[in-house]
Amino acid sequence: MVAAQAGDAGAQTRLLTLLAGYLRGYFARRLAGQGADVEDLVQEALLAIHLKRATFDPRFAFTPWALAIARYKLVDHYRRRGGRRNLPLEDAGELLAVENPEEGAVRRDIGTLLGRLPPRQRALMTDVKLTGHSMEEAAARAGMSVTAAKVAVHRAMRRLMKEVADEDL
Amino acid sequence: MKTSELIALLAAADGAPVRPVSPVPALIAAGVVGAVLALAALALTLGFQPLGAAARASWFWMKALYSLATALAGLLLLGRLARPGVAPRAAAMVIGLAALAAMAMMAAHAAMRAPADAQPALWLGQTSRLCSLRILLLAIPAFAAEITVVRRFAPTRLRQAGAAAGLMAGGLSAVVYGLYCQESAAPFVAVWYSLGMAACAFIGGLTGPRLLRW
Repeated sequence: MVAAQAGDAGAQTRLLTLLAGYLRGYFARRLAGQGADVEDLVQEALLAIHLKRATFDPRFAFTPWALAIARYKLVDHYRRRGGRRNLPLEDAGELLAVENPEEGAVRRDIGTLLGRLPPRQRALMTDVKLTGHSMEEAAARAGMSVTAAKVAVHRAMRRLMKEVADEDL
Repeated sequence: MKTSELIALLAAADGAPVRPVSPVPALIAAGVVGAVLALAALALTLGFQPLGAAARASWFWMKALYSLATALAGLLLLGRLARPGVAPRAAAMVIGLAALAAMAMMAAHAAMRAPADAQPALWLGQTSRLCSLRILLLAIPAFAAEITVVRRFAPTRLRQAGAAAGLMAGGLSAVVYGLYCQESAAPFVAVWYSLGMAACAFIGGLTGPRLLRW
């Protein structure tokens, strides 16, 4: 986590992957039989852990910090679902049959989200994140300097995260 | 989106280095801003009491100290609650409770020495009906400023964090209000100042879950 705070992308990937496993177990134990929700929550918690990484103080233990966020997301999830907590069993079975949690069946489709970005940002994001162009190539395709492209991608990411967060309200 | 994709996305695009930040300096700054705004509001509405004379009176400092200790307790609580997985420390509680106990003892002492016909003046003073309400109103700017700061962090116990923000704002507001309020009796302060600050904390606790969600 300390390396991740320092901006080490490799450490961030390792940390988040490791956490994803723990979180999946944590949420699965508490949300028996709602696989898709579990994967949603895992992603939300990972996003929160990433966005709020500056609030982790290395002098304290890491686990309570991450668990508090996971717990917060779980409570938030319960609150959002409110009355629908007692889903009839046959419905639950149906839902599970349609959505395969292993495939990361998630309701938020990345295409829909990207559609809400302005065209330039969308093109950049698609090039860099989906089709796998390098930042330099994408910048050239968009006719921008590399720095400008980086800034635009960063802004697009922030905006997407905000959209996702707003959607959850 | 698969989780592994999300992870790659997060690590690659938004992985700028961050420095661990403590909420406390930002909270203090927010408190100062809020107190200055409250000061301005007080200057525009009620004005101040003659401060030169007040500064020589012990009751003036008693009120200021009591209010400041409450604000400090709120600050310490809030500094911990703004971060995930950090339990509120006992020190904050001790400061708050010690201030309350000292105030209650002074009030009891003053009340016991006074004759029966002087009791209403001790407890109610001249402004008892407005005192708590004014403290509550003057706390609004500091409360708003603190909530803005806490939102940048990651509180996971929203009700407690809201109450702590209210307590800190209430304490600061009471310090500012003390510059106007000429009530000098300890029983009055123990009841109406405490009530005003407690109301701030209560409202903070009520609104916290709504204001602090992230």
